Amino acid sequence: MAEMLLEMKEIDKSFPGVKVLQNVQFSLYAGELHALMGENGAGKSTLMKILNGIYTKDSGTIIVKGKPEEITSTKVAEGLGISIIHQELNLIPYLSVMENIFLGREFKHGKTPFVNWKKMRSEAERYLKQLGMDLDPRTIVEELSVGQQQMVEIAKALSMQADILVLDEPTAALTDREIEKLFEVIAALKAKGVGMIYISHRMEEIFQISDRITVLRDGKYIGTRNTKETDMDELVRMMVGRDINDRFPKIEITPGEERLRVESMSLGQKLRDISFSVRSGEILGLAGLMGAGRTEVAKVLFGVTPATHGKILIDGKETTIRKPIDAIGAGIALVTEDRKHEGLILSLSIRENLSLPNLATLSVSGFMKRKKEAVLSEETIEKLHIRTPHAEQVVGALSGGNQQKVVIGKWLATKPKILILDEPTRGVDIGAKKEIYDLMNQLAKEGVAIIMISSELPEVLGMSDRIIVMHEGRVTAELSREEATQEKIMHAATGGENRHAG
Amino acid sequence: MLRQEGRIDMQAEAKQTVSKAIFQRMGSLVGLVVIFVALSLISSDFLTVSNMFNVLRQISINALIAFGMTFVILTGGIDLSVGSIFALSSALAAGMMASGTDPFVAIMVGLAAGAVMGAANGILIAKGKVAPFIATLATMTVFRGLTLVYTEGKPITGLPDSFALFGKGFFLDIPMPIIWMLIAFAILYVILKHSTFGRHVYALGSNEEATKLSGINTSRVKIFVYSISGLLAALSGIILTSRLNSAQATAGMSYELDAIAAVVLGGTSLSGGKGWIVGTLIGAMIIGVLDNGLNLLNVSSFYQQVVKGGVILIAVLLDRSKSK
Repeated sequence: MAEMLLEMKEIDKSFPGVKVLQNVQFSLYAGELHALMGENGAGKSTLMKILNGIYTKDSGTIIVKGKPEEITSTKVAEGLGISIIHQELNLIPYLSVMENIFLGREFKHGKTPFVNWKKMRSEAERYLKQLGMDLDPRTIVEELSVGQQQMVEIAKALSMQADILVLDEPTAALTDREIEKLFEVIAALKAKGVGMIYISHRMEEIFQISDRITVLRDGKYIGTRNTKETDMDELVRMMVGRDINDRFPKIEITPGEERLRVESMSLGQKLRDISFSVRSGEILGLAGLMGAGRTEVAKVLFGVTPATHGKILIDGKETTIRKPIDAIGAGIALVTEDRKHEGLILSLSIRENLSLPNLATLSVSGFMKRKKEAVLSEETIEKLHIRTPHAEQVVGALSGGNQQKVVIGKWLATKPKILILDEPTRGVDIGAKKEIYDLMNQLAKEGVAIIMISSELPEVLGMSDRIIVMHEGRVTAELSREEATQEKIMHAATGGENRHAG
Repeated sequence: MLRQEGRIDMQAEAKQTVSKAIFQRMGSLVGLVVIFVALSLISSDFLTVSNMFNVLRQISINALIAFGMTFVILTGGIDLSVGSIFALSSALAAGMMASGTDPFVAIMVGLAAGAVMGAANGILIAKGKVAPFIATLATMTVFRGLTLVYTEGKPITGLPDSFALFGKGFFLDIPMPIIWMLIAFAILYVILKHSTFGRHVYALGSNEEATKLSGINTSRVKIFVYSISGLLAALSGIILTSRLNSAQATAGMSYELDAIAAVVLGGTSLSGGKGWIVGTLIGAMIIGVLDNGLNLLNVSSFYQQVVKGGVILIAVLLDRSKSK
């Protein structure tokens, strides 16, 4: 067996009043990719923060390359070759790639304080090459795609001689092509003997690239499996503590009248000649690669960026939507993909967030009806199973799944006829995912027309009645539930002409 | 069972954050009480009825401006032009009265002018997308310049006696400026705490994008907020004009700084979304009491500035260490 890079044993950690980790263990071999799984709040990020010196453990031992170590700061962690690539990338957008890679460790001309730009450039180039990246190190980071930025972060970690690399949800914001690229890099790093800890909610990719899988639940160590010797059902059972028989509990509903029809809608160069319709009780999946224009469709329908051309018909009547308030008035609700920046106000309470699009109905001549407001928040918390001690809890303190339920809840209270869900289950754990799917079913049953934008193909295939696929601002395929397959969708999403496939 | 445990933990945590929030909010009140008690012990002239009214009367001028500033800062903005609005609207009102207009009409015109100047700020910021600091820095200069043009740099005097009642009169033995301050406070407190507009203000200051996507017209909220700030600056200016019985072109210079200081001392976050108007009242009182006390103690006006700046720094540093 390869060299043991890292061993964490009997790790305990408490915050005032809360035990977040109890007797947790974890190990990592050189050249191994070890996936760390668990629902949100299971303690994955706390464990990684302890490894990285952001938190200090209450008790337990950490052995790095055979020696017991006390990781008291991120500086110490860096010195031991431990590096984290965070989900939210930590680059400085206005500096160049090389300035970011060597931030705080700039090469200088001898002992002078002046930067040796030539050396910086050649060194940066060297590390980028190792990752198979052909990128000018002088490029400003802001101009890079998320996937490229991630590579820069990895290059930075390599330049610090890191051999224990933590990847926190690295594929969450990547396109399929970028993911493939990342997996190639991961394979190359494995061959070099780098050990990687991989956190992700995406089962498929974990089975594709990991060697071992460790599962945490409620701050406790549940078990470690060799990837080859386990399957999805077992992992789900380990994570949730019970069986989830059906990952996509789609129920059959006969769709009713046509709710929304979009006719040859365009938005400058971003969207061209988009036409589609959704019926009441129908779930329309909107698939495509990142940047294909899916989110733009949602933003046009919601009046964030009004269309430059085309018609929107609601219940057969042409409707003008130039501002979000027009859309809300027309019975449209949008659950945006970026819940932290667009969906929620993290510093406000659940109650205040739920009320925000509903202030008009919760007030009389401009003054809030506190009772009505309290009823709304209590009902929503109960209906959507939002796990919180009370409605006054600040939304920023909730887990991803519960935050998402608050976003959905605030829009359900507007009693929408058309609900647009943009990546409704991103960063949401399995249990909450299932609850969101159940909720979609229930809304469809009540006659709501649902448009679901998703990058997760299994989800699109599992939950949609009909699927339209976009590529570079155009609709390239429309598939019924029966005829849709992963291959057909990917083909259309990458520009293949199979409009009438099947 | 596990869920149950989680719930209890979360409840404990929530309780902690609530008590922490209250402690943070009360910090400025504790500061005020400390300064108050200290001054009462050091100076025998401090804690007298007449001096208390005197202090409150002085405070009211700054507090009114600071109330408006609270709204602006809660949205994540700043209004540097309040001192100039203060001068221009009171000069307008005084000029009209000096040429024979009825005081009531003149006051209304002055207040309206303040609101309009504020709205202009709001439009520049909301529609012109100019950063609040820059927009109000520019209008601060423009409004001051217009004041100088209008007054030709000379004080406007010869105001009617009935106008003096507005700032020098009494109601139930309480000086009028204090009455105006309390009325404004009560109205603004209710607006901020209980109206949908108050919700818009907090939401906008916390996350503009999410607020917009909730169907709220954020431009209108901004224009409204700066109008309130302009209106209150005008009210403050007209009260002072009434007390002094003359309008000066240079009135209200650097008043924006005392107003911002009061808001910050009151615990409102300069980045928006967090704060309350009660804190601003306390903040204005801290500044006012300190000014008055240092005067009573015969501290030179040079040293007074050092002390005042020091108090602001200490307050903010304490707040920082608490929120860690």
